Amino acid sequence: MNIVVCVKQIPDPAAPQSFDATYNLNRSSKLILDEADTYGVEMALQLVDKAGEGEVTVVSMGSSSDVAGIRNALAMGAAKAIVVSDDALRGTDALGTAKVLAAVIRKVNPDLVLAATESSDGYTGTTPVQVAELLGLPSITFAKSVMIDGATVKVDRQTEAGYDEVSAPLPALVTVTAGVVEPRYASFKGIMAAKSKSLDVLSVADLGLANEIGSAGARQEIIAVVAAESRNAGEKHVDEGDGAEKIIGFLESIKVL
Amino acid sequence: MTLATIWVVVEPANGSFTTTSLELLTHARSLATSVGAITWGDDGHALASVAGDYGASTLYNVGSLGGALPGVPVAAAIAQLVASEGAPDAILLPTSYDGRDIAGRLSARLDRPVLTNVTGLLDEGGLVTEHPVFGGSQTVRAHFTHDGPGIVIVRAKSFAAEPAGGPSANVVSAPVGDVGSTGGATINTSHVEERTGPKLEEAAVVVSGGRGLGEADKYALIEETAKLLHGAAGASRAIVDAGWVPYSHQVGQTGKTVKPTVYIAAGISGATQHMVGMKGSKNIVAINKDPDAPIFQIADFGIVGDVHKVLPALIAALKARG
Repeated sequence: MNIVVCVKQIPDPAAPQSFDATYNLNRSSKLILDEADTYGVEMALQLVDKAGEGEVTVVSMGSSSDVAGIRNALAMGAAKAIVVSDDALRGTDALGTAKVLAAVIRKVNPDLVLAATESSDGYTGTTPVQVAELLGLPSITFAKSVMIDGATVKVDRQTEAGYDEVSAPLPALVTVTAGVVEPRYASFKGIMAAKSKSLDVLSVADLGLANEIGSAGARQEIIAVVAAESRNAGEKHVDEGDGAEKIIGFLESIKVL
Repeated sequence: MTLATIWVVVEPANGSFTTTSLELLTHARSLATSVGAITWGDDGHALASVAGDYGASTLYNVGSLGGALPGVPVAAAIAQLVASEGAPDAILLPTSYDGRDIAGRLSARLDRPVLTNVTGLLDEGGLVTEHPVFGGSQTVRAHFTHDGPGIVIVRAKSFAAEPAGGPSANVVSAPVGDVGSTGGATINTSHVEERTGPKLEEAAVVVSGGRGLGEADKYALIEETAKLLHGAAGASRAIVDAGWVPYSHQVGQTGKTVKPTVYIAAGISGATQHMVGMKGSKNIVAINKDPDAPIFQIADFGIVGDVHKVLPALIAALKARG
Protein backbone atom coordinates (compact mmCIF):
# COMPACT_ATOMS: atom_id res chain seq x y z
CA MET A 1 0.00 0.00 0.00
CA ASN A 2 1.80 3.07 -1.27
CA ILE A 3 0.08 6.33 -0.43
CA VAL A 4 0.76 9.87 -1.58
CA VAL A 5 -0.46 12.68 0.67
CA CYS A 6 -0.75 16.14 -0.89
CA VAL A 7 0.19 18.81 1.62
CA LYS A 8 0.57 22.57 1.58
CA GLN A 9 2.75 24.94 3.53
CA ILE A 10 0.81 28.05 4.49
CA PRO A 11 1.37 31.25 6.48
CA ASP A 12 0.29 30.83 10.12
CA PRO A 13 -3.53 31.26 9.90
CA ALA A 14 -3.51 32.94 13.33
CA ALA A 15 -1.27 35.75 12.03
CA PRO A 16 -2.81 38.73 10.21
CA GLN A 17 -3.09 38.12 6.45
CA SER A 18 -2.50 40.63 3.69
CA PHE A 19 -1.96 40.92 -0.05
CA ASP A 20 1.27 42.02 -1.68
CA ALA A 21 1.38 44.56 -4.53
CA THR A 22 0.36 41.94 -7.12
CA TYR A 23 -2.60 40.66 -5.08
CA ASN A 24 -0.84 37.48 -4.06
CA LEU A 25 -1.22 36.38 -0.46
CA ASN A 26 1.73 37.67 1.51
CA ARG A 27 3.78 34.56 2.21
CA SER A 28 6.94 36.27 3.42
CA SER A 29 6.43 35.09 7.00
CA LYS A 30 7.48 31.62 8.11
CA LEU A 31 5.40 28.86 6.52
CA ILE A 32 3.92 25.98 8.48
CA LEU A 33 2.32 22.67 7.51
CA ASP A 34 -1.42 23.32 7.04
CA GLU A 35 -3.06 21.69 10.05
CA ALA A 36 -5.81 20.40 7.73
CA ASP A 37 -3.11 18.25 6.06
CA THR A 38 -2.05 16.53 9.27
CA TYR A 39 -5.25 14.44 9.14
CA GLY A 40 -4.31 13.04 5.72
CA VAL A 41 -0.76 12.28 6.84
CA GLU A 42 -2.05 10.48 9.94
CA MET A 43 -4.69 8.57 7.93
CA ALA A 44 -2.02 7.46 5.43
CA LEU A 45 0.34 6.31 8.17
CA GLN A 46 -2.42 4.25 9.78
CA LEU A 47 -3.52 2.68 6.46
CA VAL A 48 0.05 1.69 5.55
CA ASP A 49 0.52 0.34 9.04
CA LYS A 50 -2.62 -1.76 8.74
CA ALA A 51 -1.61 -3.05 5.29
CA GLY A 52 1.72 -4.13 6.77
CA GLU A 53 3.65 -2.95 3.71
CA GLY A 54 4.26 0.13 1.61
CA GLU A 55 5.12 3.71 2.45
CA VAL A 56 3.80 7.23 2.65
CA THR A 57 5.14 9.89 0.27
CA VAL A 58 4.39 13.54 0.90
CA VAL A 59 3.97 15.73 -2.20
CA SER A 60 3.83 19.52 -2.17
CA MET A 61 4.42 22.58 -4.33
CA GLY A 62 5.03 26.26 -3.69
CA SER A 63 7.08 29.31 -4.52
CA SER A 64 8.94 29.31 -1.22
CA SER A 65 12.12 27.33 -0.60
CA ASP A 66 10.97 26.80 3.00
CA VAL A 67 10.60 23.09 3.84
CA ALA A 68 10.07 23.16 7.63
CA GLY A 69 6.41 22.16 7.21
CA ILE A 70 7.38 19.26 4.94
CA ARG A 71 9.95 18.09 7.52
CA ASN A 72 7.10 18.14 10.02
CA ALA A 73 5.14 15.62 7.89
CA LEU A 74 8.29 13.48 7.64
CA ALA A 75 8.72 13.73 11.42
CA MET A 76 5.17 12.37 11.84
CA GLY A 77 6.35 9.27 9.98
CA ALA A 78 6.09 9.79 6.20
CA ALA A 79 8.93 7.95 4.42
CA LYS A 80 9.87 10.60 1.88
CA ALA A 81 8.85 13.87 0.30
CA ILE A 82 8.85 15.36 -3.18
CA VAL A 83 8.51 19.13 -3.29
CA VAL A 84 8.21 21.30 -6.37
CA SER A 85 9.74 24.56 -5.28
CA ASP A 86 10.07 27.34 -7.83
CA ASP A 87 9.71 31.09 -7.80
CA ALA A 88 7.83 30.71 -11.10
CA LEU A 89 4.97 29.05 -9.20
CA ARG A 90 3.97 32.33 -7.60
CA GLY A 91 0.37 33.18 -8.58
CA THR A 92 -0.43 29.65 -9.82
CA ASP A 93 -4.16 28.91 -9.59
CA ALA A 94 -5.88 25.72 -8.41
CA LEU A 95 -5.83 24.03 -11.83
CA GLY A 96 -2.15 24.90 -12.34
CA THR A 97 -1.43 23.54 -8.87
CA ALA A 98 -3.27 20.35 -9.77
CA LYS A 99 -1.18 19.97 -12.95
CA VAL A 100 2.05 20.26 -10.96
CA LEU A 101 0.90 17.83 -8.26
CA ALA A 102 -0.43 15.35 -10.86
CA ALA A 103 2.91 15.40 -12.69
CA VAL A 104 4.73 14.50 -9.46
CA ILE A 105 2.19 11.89 -8.34
CA ARG A 106 2.47 10.19 -11.75
CA LYS A 107 6.15 9.52 -10.97
CA VAL A 108 5.25 7.84 -7.65
CA ASN A 109 2.31 5.86 -9.08
CA PRO A 110 0.64 5.20 -5.70
CA ASP A 111 -2.34 2.99 -4.80
CA LEU A 112 -4.06 5.86 -3.02
CA VAL A 113 -3.80 9.65 -3.01
CA LEU A 114 -5.00 11.54 0.07
CA ALA A 115 -5.54 15.28 0.49
CA ALA A 116 -7.44 17.65 2.78
CA THR A 117 -10.84 18.84 1.55
CA GLU A 118 -9.34 22.31 1.17
CA SER A 119 -6.36 24.36 2.30
CA SER A 120 -6.64 26.76 5.20
CA ASP A 121 -5.29 29.75 3.26
CA GLY A 122 -6.80 29.63 -0.25
CA TYR A 123 -9.92 27.54 0.49
CA THR A 124 -10.59 26.78 -3.16
CA GLY A 125 -11.28 23.12 -2.42
CA THR A 126 -11.07 22.01 -6.03
CA THR A 127 -7.40 21.02 -6.40
CA PRO A 128 -7.69 17.37 -5.24
CA VAL A 129 -10.53 16.57 -7.65
CA GLN A 130 -8.68 18.33 -10.48
CA VAL A 131 -5.66 16.12 -9.66
CA ALA A 132 -7.88 13.03 -9.79
CA GLU A 133 -9.28 14.01 -13.21
CA LEU A 134 -5.80 14.70 -14.61
CA LEU A 135 -4.59 11.32 -13.33
CA GLY A 136 -7.70 9.46 -14.52
CA LEU A 137 -8.59 8.34 -11.00
CA PRO A 138 -11.97 8.02 -9.28
CA SER A 139 -12.31 10.29 -6.24
CA ILE A 140 -14.29 10.42 -3.03
CA THR A 141 -14.36 13.76 -1.22
CA PHE A 142 -15.28 14.70 2.36
CA ALA A 143 -14.33 11.39 3.96
CA LYS A 144 -15.09 11.00 7.64
CA SER A 145 -13.62 7.49 7.68
CA VAL A 146 -11.38 5.59 5.26
CA MET A 147 -10.84 1.82 5.05
CA ILE A 148 -8.97 -0.35 2.57
CA ASP A 149 -10.58 -3.67 1.67
CA GLY A 150 -8.44 -5.55 -0.84
CA ALA A 151 -8.38 -3.47 -4.03
CA THR A 152 -11.21 -1.21 -2.89
CA VAL A 153 -11.27 1.94 -0.77
CA LYS A 154 -14.35 2.29 1.43
CA VAL A 155 -15.29 5.72 2.67
CA ASP A 156 -18.00 7.22 4.85
CA ARG A 157 -18.63 10.47 3.01
CA GLN A 158 -20.21 13.47 4.68
CA THR A 159 -23.55 14.57 3.14
CA GLU A 160 -26.10 17.26 3.97
CA ALA A 161 -28.39 14.68 5.52
CA GLY A 162 -25.83 12.44 7.23
CA TYR A 163 -23.33 10.29 5.41
CA ASP A 164 -23.03 7.87 2.49
CA GLU A 165 -21.03 4.66 2.40
CA VAL A 166 -19.07 5.05 -0.85
CA SER A 167 -16.53 2.71 -2.42
CA ALA A 168 -14.11 3.02 -5.32
CA PRO A 169 -11.58 0.70 -6.93
CA LEU A 170 -7.89 1.48 -6.26
CA PRO A 171 -5.98 3.47 -7.37
CA ALA A 172 -8.17 6.35 -6.19
CA LEU A 173 -8.04 9.77 -4.57
CA VAL A 174 -9.77 10.56 -1.27
CA THR A 175 -10.09 13.90 0.53
CA VAL A 176 -10.41 13.76 4.30
CA THR A 177 -12.26 16.12 6.62
CA ALA A 178 -10.69 17.31 9.84
CA GLY A 179 -11.35 15.02 12.76
CA VAL A 180 -11.21 11.85 10.58
CA VAL A 181 -8.32 10.67 12.78
CA GLU A 182 -6.37 12.20 15.65
CA PRO A 183 -3.05 13.37 14.15
CA ARG A 184 -0.01 12.29 16.16
CA TYR A 185 2.54 14.77 17.39
CA ALA A 186 5.99 14.24 15.96
CA SER A 187 8.16 12.57 18.58
CA PHE A 188 11.73 13.69 19.29
CA LYS A 189 12.87 10.49 17.59
CA GLY A 190 10.66 11.30 14.61
CA ILE A 191 12.04 14.82 14.33
CA MET A 192 15.62 13.52 14.40
CA ALA A 193 14.81 10.79 11.85
CA ALA A 194 13.14 13.32 9.53
CA LYS A 195 16.41 15.15 9.08
CA SER A 196 17.91 12.25 7.16
CA LYS A 197 14.80 11.27 5.16
CA SER A 198 14.71 11.79 1.39
CA LEU A 199 13.33 15.20 0.42
CA ASP A 200 13.55 15.73 -3.35
CA VAL A 201 13.20 19.30 -4.55
CA LEU A 202 12.13 19.67 -8.20
CA SER A 203 11.80 22.75 -10.38
CA VAL A 204 9.01 23.51 -12.85
CA ALA A 205 11.45 22.86 -15.67
CA ASP A 206 11.95 19.31 -14.34
CA LEU A 207 8.22 18.75 -14.93
CA GLY A 208 7.92 20.55 -18.29
CA LEU A 209 4.94 22.66 -17.21
CA ALA A 210 6.29 26.18 -17.68
CA ASN A 211 3.30 27.58 -19.63
CA GLU A 212 0.59 26.37 -17.31
CA ILE A 213 1.76 27.83 -14.02
CA GLY A 214 2.35 31.18 -12.38
CA SER A 215 0.10 34.22 -12.79
CA ALA A 216 0.36 33.99 -16.59
CA GLY A 217 -0.97 30.42 -16.60
CA ALA A 218 -3.84 31.25 -14.25
CA ARG A 219 -6.24 32.80 -16.81
CA GLN A 220 -8.08 34.59 -14.04
CA GLU A 221 -7.05 37.77 -12.32
CA ILE A 222 -7.94 39.99 -9.44
CA ILE A 223 -9.05 43.38 -10.73
CA ALA A 224 -9.65 45.12 -7.41
CA VAL A 225 -9.71 44.66 -3.66
CA VAL A 226 -12.29 46.78 -1.90
CA ALA A 227 -13.28 47.22 1.73
CA ALA A 228 -16.35 45.16 2.56
CA GLU A 229 -19.34 46.59 4.35
CA SER A 230 -18.20 46.70 7.93
CA ARG A 231 -20.06 45.82 11.09
CA ASN A 232 -19.55 47.85 14.19
CA ALA A 233 -19.22 46.63 17.75
CA GLY A 234 -22.40 47.20 19.75
CA GLU A 235 -22.93 47.03 23.48
CA LYS A 236 -20.57 45.02 25.65
CA HIS A 237 -21.26 44.10 29.27
CA VAL A 238 -19.17 42.28 31.83
CA ASP A 239 -21.11 39.40 33.33
CA GLU A 240 -21.85 40.01 36.97
CA GLY A 241 -24.26 37.13 37.32
CA ASP A 242 -26.74 39.03 35.14
CA GLY A 243 -25.31 38.10 31.71
CA ALA A 244 -28.08 35.65 30.85
CA GLU A 245 -30.73 38.14 31.91
CA LYS A 246 -29.16 40.81 29.71
CA ILE A 247 -29.13 38.43 26.71
CA ILE A 248 -32.82 37.69 27.30
CA GLY A 249 -33.44 41.44 27.32
CA PHE A 250 -31.60 41.83 24.01
CA LEU A 251 -33.47 38.91 22.42
CA GLU A 252 -36.73 40.52 23.53
CA SER A 253 -35.68 43.86 22.06
CA ILE A 254 -35.16 42.25 18.64
CA LYS A 255 -38.40 40.27 19.05
CA VAL A 256 -36.77 36.84 18.95
CA LEU A 257 -38.42 36.25 22.33
CA MET B 1 -26.97 42.50 -20.39
CA THR B 2 -23.72 41.57 -22.02
CA LEU B 3 -23.88 37.88 -21.27
CA ALA B 4 -25.80 35.69 -23.68
CA THR B 5 -25.98 32.40 -21.83
CA ILE B 6 -25.39 31.11 -18.31
CA TRP B 7 -25.80 27.51 -17.24
CA VAL B 8 -26.56 26.73 -13.62
CA VAL B 9 -25.92 23.33 -12.06
CA VAL B 10 -29.01 22.70 -9.94
CA GLU B 11 -28.81 19.93 -7.36
CA PRO B 12 -31.90 17.77 -6.90
CA ALA B 13 -33.21 17.58 -3.32
CA ASN B 14 -36.52 16.25 -2.01
CA GLY B 15 -38.54 16.68 -5.19
CA SER B 16 -37.11 20.13 -5.97
CA PHE B 17 -33.67 21.74 -6.12
CA THR B 18 -31.52 22.84 -3.19
CA THR B 19 -32.09 26.40 -1.99
CA THR B 20 -28.65 27.49 -3.18
CA SER B 21 -29.44 26.15 -6.66
CA LEU B 22 -32.59 28.29 -6.77
CA GLU B 23 -30.62 31.33 -5.56
CA LEU B 24 -28.22 30.87 -8.48
CA LEU B 25 -31.01 30.45 -11.05
CA THR B 26 -32.64 33.63 -9.73
CA HIS B 27 -29.46 35.65 -10.04
CA ALA B 28 -28.45 34.13 -13.39
CA ARG B 29 -31.61 35.41 -15.06
CA SER B 30 -30.64 38.99 -14.11
CA LEU B 31 -27.23 38.52 -15.76
CA ALA B 32 -27.88 36.65 -19.00
CA THR B 33 -30.43 36.63 -21.80
CA SER B 34 -30.72 32.85 -21.68
CA VAL B 35 -30.41 30.59 -18.61
CA GLY B 36 -30.02 26.84 -18.81
CA ALA B 37 -30.23 24.49 -15.81
CA ILE B 38 -28.36 21.20 -15.50
CA THR B 39 -29.58 18.48 -13.18
CA TRP B 40 -29.52 14.72 -12.64
CA GLY B 41 -31.43 11.97 -10.88
CA ASP B 42 -34.62 10.01 -11.47
CA ASP B 43 -36.89 13.07 -11.10
CA GLY B 44 -35.10 15.19 -13.71
CA HIS B 45 -38.04 15.57 -16.07
CA ALA B 46 -40.53 16.25 -13.29
CA LEU B 47 -38.46 19.25 -12.21
CA ALA B 48 -38.83 21.13 -15.50
CA SER B 49 -41.63 23.24 -14.02
CA VAL B 50 -39.48 24.28 -11.03
CA ALA B 51 -36.53 25.12 -13.30
CA GLY B 52 -38.84 27.16 -15.54
CA ASP B 53 -40.45 28.92 -12.60
CA TYR B 54 -37.02 30.19 -11.57
CA GLY B 55 -36.12 31.38 -15.04
CA ALA B 56 -34.44 28.50 -16.88
CA SER B 57 -35.60 28.06 -20.47
CA THR B 58 -33.85 24.70 -20.86
CA LEU B 59 -33.32 21.90 -18.35
CA TYR B 60 -30.47 19.61 -19.34
CA ASN B 61 -31.17 16.32 -17.60
CA VAL B 62 -28.30 13.90 -17.05
CA GLY B 63 -30.79 11.37 -15.67
CA SER B 64 -30.15 8.56 -13.22
CA LEU B 65 -26.51 8.17 -12.18
CA GLY B 66 -27.00 4.55 -11.16
CA GLY B 67 -25.54 5.13 -7.71
CA ALA B 68 -22.39 6.91 -8.90
CA LEU B 69 -21.17 9.98 -7.02
CA PRO B 70 -22.28 12.95 -9.18
CA GLY B 71 -18.85 14.59 -9.72
CA VAL B 72 -17.54 12.49 -12.59
CA PRO B 73 -20.71 11.72 -14.60
CA VAL B 74 -22.25 15.20 -14.33
CA ALA B 75 -18.98 16.91 -15.31
CA ALA B 76 -18.65 14.51 -18.25
CA ALA B 77 -22.20 15.30 -19.39
CA ILE B 78 -21.57 19.06 -19.13
CA ALA B 79 -18.34 18.75 -21.13
CA GLN B 80 -20.36 16.95 -23.83
CA LEU B 81 -22.98 19.71 -23.76
CA VAL B 82 -20.27 22.35 -24.21
CA ALA B 83 -19.13 20.43 -27.28
CA SER B 84 -22.61 19.92 -28.74
CA GLU B 85 -24.41 23.16 -27.78
CA GLY B 86 -21.49 25.57 -27.69
CA ALA B 87 -19.94 27.05 -24.58
CA PRO B 88 -22.06 29.31 -22.37
CA ASP B 89 -20.45 32.46 -20.95
CA ALA B 90 -20.41 30.96 -17.48
CA ILE B 91 -21.34 27.81 -15.61
CA LEU B 92 -22.45 28.45 -12.02
CA LEU B 93 -22.40 25.79 -9.32
CA PRO B 94 -23.45 25.85 -5.66
CA THR B 95 -20.75 25.53 -3.00
CA SER B 96 -21.70 22.06 -1.80
CA TYR B 97 -20.12 18.64 -1.51
CA ASP B 98 -21.16 17.63 -5.02
CA GLY B 99 -21.00 21.12 -6.54
CA ARG B 100 -17.30 21.35 -5.84
CA ASP B 101 -16.68 17.83 -7.15
CA ILE B 102 -18.44 18.64 -10.43
CA ALA B 103 -16.61 21.97 -10.80
CA GLY B 104 -13.18 20.44 -10.17
CA ARG B 105 -13.79 17.60 -12.64
CA LEU B 106 -15.19 19.97 -15.27
CA SER B 107 -12.29 22.40 -14.86
CA ALA B 108 -9.72 19.71 -15.58
CA ARG B 109 -11.77 18.26 -18.45
CA LEU B 110 -12.28 21.61 -20.20
CA ASP B 111 -8.88 22.95 -19.10
CA ARG B 112 -10.54 26.07 -17.71
CA PRO B 113 -9.96 27.52 -14.24
CA VAL B 114 -12.53 27.77 -11.46
CA LEU B 115 -13.37 30.81 -9.36
CA THR B 116 -14.46 29.67 -5.91
CA ASN B 117 -16.09 31.03 -2.75
CA VAL B 118 -17.93 33.61 -4.79
CA THR B 119 -20.53 35.74 -2.98
CA GLY B 120 -21.28 38.29 -5.68
CA LEU B 121 -21.62 38.22 -9.48
CA LEU B 122 -21.72 41.44 -11.48
CA ASP B 123 -22.10 42.27 -15.13
CA GLU B 124 -19.51 44.90 -15.94
CA GLY B 125 -19.19 44.36 -19.64
CA GLY B 126 -18.26 40.81 -18.70
CA LEU B 127 -18.67 38.65 -15.65
CA VAL B 128 -17.01 39.95 -12.47
CA THR B 129 -16.91 37.78 -9.35
CA GLU B 130 -16.70 38.90 -5.73
CA HIS B 131 -14.96 36.90 -3.02
CA PRO B 132 -14.79 37.76 0.68
CA VAL B 133 -11.26 37.60 2.10
CA PHE B 134 -9.61 38.11 5.47
CA GLY B 135 -12.68 37.27 7.51
CA GLY B 136 -14.95 39.24 5.23
CA SER B 137 -13.22 42.55 5.95
CA GLN B 138 -12.30 42.95 2.30
CA THR B 139 -13.79 41.86 -1.01
CA VAL B 140 -11.74 40.69 -3.96
CA ARG B 141 -13.12 41.34 -7.45
CA ALA B 142 -11.89 39.01 -10.15
CA HIS B 143 -12.61 37.95 -13.71
CA PHE B 144 -11.56 35.31 -16.22
CA THR B 145 -9.03 36.14 -18.92
CA HIS B 146 -9.66 33.07 -21.11
CA ASP B 147 -12.20 32.10 -23.76
CA GLY B 148 -14.99 29.67 -23.15
CA PRO B 149 -17.04 29.01 -20.10
CA GLY B 150 -15.97 30.52 -16.80
CA ILE B 151 -16.62 28.01 -14.03
CA VAL B 152 -17.83 29.69 -10.86
CA ILE B 153 -18.69 28.14 -7.48
CA VAL B 154 -21.01 30.35 -5.46
CA ARG B 155 -21.57 30.27 -1.72
CA ALA B 156 -25.02 29.74 -0.21
CA LYS B 157 -27.09 32.81 0.64
CA SER B 158 -25.28 35.09 -1.77
CA PHE B 159 -28.57 35.94 -3.49
CA ALA B 160 -32.25 35.64 -2.65
CA ALA B 161 -34.26 32.87 -4.37
CA GLU B 162 -37.36 34.27 -6.08
CA PRO B 163 -39.57 32.53 -8.63
CA ALA B 164 -40.23 34.41 -11.87
CA GLY B 165 -43.30 32.43 -12.86
CA GLY B 166 -41.79 31.33 -16.16
CA PRO B 167 -43.16 28.46 -18.26
CA SER B 168 -41.89 24.92 -17.76
CA ALA B 169 -38.33 24.49 -19.06
CA ASN B 170 -37.70 22.59 -22.25
CA VAL B 171 -36.07 19.29 -21.21
CA VAL B 172 -33.02 18.13 -23.15
CA SER B 173 -31.26 14.94 -22.19
CA ALA B 174 -27.54 15.19 -21.48
CA PRO B 175 -25.77 11.87 -21.89
CA VAL B 176 -22.72 11.05 -19.76
CA GLY B 177 -20.67 9.14 -22.31
CA ASP B 178 -17.57 7.16 -21.40
CA VAL B 179 -15.82 8.22 -18.19
CA GLY B 180 -13.12 5.55 -18.36
CA SER B 181 -11.08 4.91 -15.25
CA THR B 182 -12.40 8.01 -13.46
CA GLY B 183 -15.80 6.41 -12.85
CA GLY B 184 -16.21 3.83 -10.14
CA ALA B 185 -16.96 5.83 -7.00
CA THR B 186 -20.31 4.34 -6.02
CA ILE B 187 -22.73 5.08 -3.21
CA ASN B 188 -23.62 1.78 -1.54
CA THR B 189 -25.77 2.99 1.35
CA SER B 190 -27.06 6.39 2.45
CA HIS B 191 -27.48 7.20 6.13
CA VAL B 192 -29.75 9.97 7.30
CA GLU B 193 -28.79 11.30 10.71
CA GLU B 194 -31.65 12.31 12.98
CA ARG B 195 -32.10 16.02 13.19
CA THR B 196 -34.44 17.82 15.51
CA GLY B 197 -35.29 21.43 14.82
CA PRO B 198 -34.52 23.55 11.77
CA LYS B 199 -31.57 23.17 9.39
CA LEU B 200 -28.51 25.20 10.25
CA GLU B 201 -28.70 27.33 7.09
CA GLU B 202 -32.43 27.95 7.42
CA ALA B 203 -32.81 28.55 11.16
CA ALA B 204 -33.85 32.00 12.41
CA VAL B 205 -31.68 31.44 15.48
CA VAL B 206 -28.24 29.82 15.45
CA VAL B 207 -26.32 29.06 18.63
CA SER B 208 -22.69 28.10 18.04
CA GLY B 209 -19.99 26.87 20.36
CA GLY B 210 -16.21 27.03 20.18
CA ARG B 211 -13.06 26.07 21.98
CA GLY B 212 -14.12 28.17 24.99
CA LEU B 213 -16.50 25.34 25.94
CA GLY B 214 -13.42 23.51 27.18
CA GLU B 215 -14.53 19.95 26.47
CA ALA B 216 -16.73 17.97 24.06
CA ASP B 217 -19.43 17.16 26.63
CA LYS B 218 -20.13 20.84 27.15
CA TYR B 219 -21.46 21.12 23.58
CA ALA B 220 -24.73 19.85 25.11
CA LEU B 221 -25.16 23.39 26.50
CA ILE B 222 -25.14 24.74 22.93
CA GLU B 223 -27.64 22.14 21.75
CA GLU B 224 -29.98 22.81 24.65
CA THR B 225 -29.86 26.59 24.21
CA ALA B 226 -30.50 26.17 20.47
CA LYS B 227 -33.45 23.87 21.14
CA LEU B 228 -35.05 26.25 23.64
CA LEU B 229 -34.77 29.07 21.10
CA HIS B 230 -36.17 26.81 18.31
CA GLY B 231 -32.87 27.29 16.54
CA ALA B 232 -30.00 25.21 15.20
CA ALA B 233 -26.64 24.37 16.79
CA GLY B 234 -23.44 25.39 15.01
CA ALA B 235 -19.75 25.10 15.74
CA SER B 236 -16.41 26.74 15.09
CA ARG B 237 -13.79 24.95 13.03
CA ALA B 238 -11.63 24.44 16.15
CA ILE B 239 -14.08 22.05 17.82
CA VAL B 240 -14.94 20.27 14.56
CA ASP B 241 -11.22 19.68 13.97
CA ALA B 242 -10.95 18.42 17.54
CA GLY B 243 -13.65 15.85 16.73
CA TRP B 244 -16.21 17.17 19.27
CA VAL B 245 -18.95 17.67 16.69
CA PRO B 246 -19.46 16.55 13.07
CA TYR B 247 -18.37 18.72 10.14
CA SER B 248 -22.00 19.32 9.18
CA HIS B 249 -22.26 21.74 12.13
CA GLN B 250 -19.33 23.88 11.04
CA VAL B 251 -19.99 27.55 10.35
CA GLY B 252 -17.35 29.51 8.49
CA GLN B 253 -15.20 29.73 5.40
CA THR B 254 -14.73 25.97 5.34
CA GLY B 255 -18.23 25.24 6.56
CA LYS B 256 -21.69 26.70 6.16
CA THR B 257 -22.77 30.28 5.61
CA VAL B 258 -25.61 31.32 7.91
CA LYS B 259 -27.61 34.52 8.00
CA PRO B 260 -30.08 34.06 10.86
CA THR B 261 -32.07 36.75 12.68
CA VAL B 262 -29.77 36.19 15.62
CA TYR B 263 -26.45 34.35 15.88
CA ILE B 264 -25.20 33.54 19.36
CA ALA B 265 -21.46 32.77 19.50
CA ALA B 266 -20.49 31.12 22.78
CA GLY B 267 -16.84 30.55 23.57
CA ILE B 268 -15.85 31.51 20.01
CA SER B 269 -13.00 34.00 19.79
CA GLY B 270 -13.80 34.99 16.20
CA ALA B 271 -11.11 33.65 13.90
CA THR B 272 -11.37 35.25 10.46
CA GLN B 273 -12.32 31.87 9.00
CA HIS B 274 -15.38 31.73 11.29
CA MET B 275 -16.51 35.32 10.72
CA VAL B 276 -16.95 34.83 6.96
CA GLY B 277 -19.67 32.28 7.64
CA MET B 278 -21.76 34.33 10.09
CA LYS B 279 -20.99 37.98 9.48
CA GLY B 280 -24.17 38.41 7.47
CA SER B 281 -26.37 37.56 10.48
CA LYS B 282 -28.94 40.23 11.31
CA ASN B 283 -27.91 40.34 14.99
CA ILE B 284 -24.85 38.87 16.64
CA VAL B 285 -24.58 38.02 20.34
CA ALA B 286 -21.19 36.99 21.70
CA ILE B 287 -20.29 35.39 25.00
CA ASN B 288 -16.56 35.16 25.67
CA LYS B 289 -14.40 35.53 28.74
CA ASP B 290 -11.70 37.42 26.83
CA PRO B 291 -12.83 41.08 26.56
CA ASP B 292 -10.45 41.55 23.61
CA ALA B 293 -11.76 38.58 21.58
CA PRO B 294 -12.22 39.69 17.93
CA ILE B 295 -15.81 38.43 17.95
CA PHE B 296 -16.78 41.47 20.06
CA GLN B 297 -15.77 43.76 17.20
CA ILE B 298 -18.71 42.54 15.14
CA ALA B 299 -21.15 41.66 17.94
CA ASP B 300 -24.23 43.81 18.46
CA PHE B 301 -24.47 42.53 21.99
CA GLY B 302 -21.51 41.14 23.93
CA ILE B 303 -21.24 39.52 27.33
CA VAL B 304 -17.73 39.27 28.74
CA GLY B 305 -18.10 36.20 30.88
CA ASP B 306 -17.64 32.47 31.34
CA VAL B 307 -19.84 30.39 29.00
CA HIS B 308 -20.02 27.74 31.73
CA LYS B 309 -21.90 30.23 33.91
CA VAL B 310 -23.79 32.30 31.33
CA LEU B 311 -25.19 29.41 29.24
CA PRO B 312 -26.64 27.40 32.18
CA ALA B 313 -28.22 30.62 33.48
CA LEU B 314 -29.60 31.36 30.01
CA ILE B 315 -31.00 27.83 29.74
CA ALA B 316 -32.65 28.14 33.15
CA ALA B 317 -34.14 31.52 32.25
CA LEU B 318 -35.48 30.23 28.91
CA LYS B 319 -37.02 27.20 30.62
CA ALA B 320 -38.63 29.44 33.22
CA ARG B 321 -40.34 31.38 30.42
CA GLY B 322 -41.81 28.08 29.20
